[in-house]
Amino acid sequence: MENQIKEQKKDLLILAIESSCDETAASVVKNGREVLSNIISSQIALHTLYGGVVPEIASRKHIEKINQVIEEALKEADVTLDEIDAIGVTYGPGLVGALLVGVAEAKAISFARNIPLVGVHHIEGHISANFIENKMLEPPFACLVVSGGHTHLVAVKDYGEYEILGRTRDDAAGEAFDKVARAIGLGYPGGPKIDKISKEGNPDAIVFPRAKVAEAQYDFSFSGLKSAVLNYINGCQMKGEKIITADVAASFQKAVVDVLVEHAMRAAKEFGFQKLAIAGGVASNSSLRQAMEEACRENKIEFYHPSPILCTDNAAMIGAAAYYEFLKGTRSGLNLNAVPNLKLGER
Amino acid sequence: MKILALDSSGMTASVAVAEDEKLLAEYSVNYKKTHSQTLLPMLKEIADMIELDLNTVDAIAVAGGPGSFTGLRIGSATAKGLGLALKKPLVHVPTLEGMACNLFGTDRLICPMMDARRDQVYTGIYEYQDGTLAVLEDQMAVSVEEIAEKLNRYGRAVILLGDGAAAYQETLAKLLNVSWKMAPANLNRQHGAAVAVRAMDYIRMGKTETAMEHQPDYLRVSQAERERSERFGKQKEQQNDIR
Repeated sequence: MENQIKEQKKDLLILAIESSCDETAASVVKNGREVLSNIISSQIALHTLYGGVVPEIASRKHIEKINQVIEEALKEADVTLDEIDAIGVTYGPGLVGALLVGVAEAKAISFARNIPLVGVHHIEGHISANFIENKMLEPPFACLVVSGGHTHLVAVKDYGEYEILGRTRDDAAGEAFDKVARAIGLGYPGGPKIDKISKEGNPDAIVFPRAKVAEAQYDFSFSGLKSAVLNYINGCQMKGEKIITADVAASFQKAVVDVLVEHAMRAAKEFGFQKLAIAGGVASNSSLRQAMEEACRENKIEFYHPSPILCTDNAAMIGAAAYYEFLKGTRSGLNLNAVPNLKLGER
Repeated sequence: MKILALDSSGMTASVAVAEDEKLLAEYSVNYKKTHSQTLLPMLKEIADMIELDLNTVDAIAVAGGPGSFTGLRIGSATAKGLGLALKKPLVHVPTLEGMACNLFGTDRLICPMMDARRDQVYTGIYEYQDGTLAVLEDQMAVSVEEIAEKLNRYGRAVILLGDGAAAYQETLAKLLNVSWKMAPANLNRQHGAAVAVRAMDYIRMGKTETAMEHQPDYLRVSQAERERSERFGKQKEQQNDIR
């Protein structure tokens, strides 16, 4: 009996590894919600030279950094592998060569030390980032995941149980930020740069389209908006009119934010969600946060968002997701493969 | 000295455990390239069969390149993970040296070739001198014509092996004017056992590295870097023209 109680009280430590895109990251997470360490080695400076992430360069950088990042994560958490109860690793979606580094490394450690392995969906990680700073947040809630590679409106029904309500039909929201930033000469990465310059611009200066997808009311489309911005710039150049970069950026950003907020609110109301969270790199956009917070307040919905460090790709969020998957009994074998187009909720 | 060796540089995936003069186990598969799914299960299989206590391994050896970029990283990440978890050193064995070790005892030159695409092969030239593998031409990425010319210059009989030799056999037959033979199926691809044997040479020379230090040797920059430097080269040329 006493043993049983001890067993129940035992803390669960997850070592998490993330290498799906251009951040090599490792983290130790206690009981799914307490981050003991969160180490991120970013490659942004390297990819800036190419105007975007170069998969082969990203993969090479991952293999260079991965052991250092893992060792730092263990050291900062002040634990050894002996104390780790499970290893969580992102196995998709993402760049296949990049994912493979984390997956092969995680499998080798799991095999060598006989530590259970849990493959984690990258988006599940982003959603779970919200658990870390909001200890009381529990499903069900709605979550808008917006990043450079993803735009998903998700119903989080329970831990590890998702229904995708809407997704982008073309560009991801963050991708649209990157492309527009490049077009107006701001460079890569576009999100933070547009966010910053927009503060000096007039968001109502230019009216860009808010696209709707006819047969799927929660889906998104950003490629038309991107083209509208490019057409506007071309038009100005042909007419010899001066382009006010800050106004273009602010107006573009408002068009994106309006659509994201409107979709999220409509879904929350229709499905009766009392709570709404945002996640992913674009979730640290100040304008999106502000607009979503206001809309939630008006509609009496509780609003959750992670700190910027947990919005960007990181391993702490993978640790949080792995914890709940581990509790559900999810285990991955030594044949775990990277799945670049892995669907949320599929294994 | 017990060595755990991995090679996933090409189409063949191979794992082996060797102890001094004895090969305890080797598992090689040359069938579709699914190394990310198969390499660790293969390792587990032989470890279970020989009841291997991983803590008794002295070093992890890996074919560190050249090879398929992704294949190399699967091998290297696996070796790095094992090294980190077991706190053991790594031995980086150049892929082509490992392959050359398949042909111990010959007095011919040994020339392994891996298909490197873009009309090139990864290759090197080796020979056994008094029972020890000597590197005559270190591994490189060159055209088939270039390696044939080098071999012709040596003017010595040679044994060829590797998927590059197989892929370019017709061209080589035309270009080579030295006596050449293809190694047979049991010797003409990557072998974990050969990586282990070469690793022991490296350990004797004191050439080990930490799991953290290790990274593959691709012999080639990425396509994006190559195109970027070509662009810059052109820009510089144009600037020079203008001047």
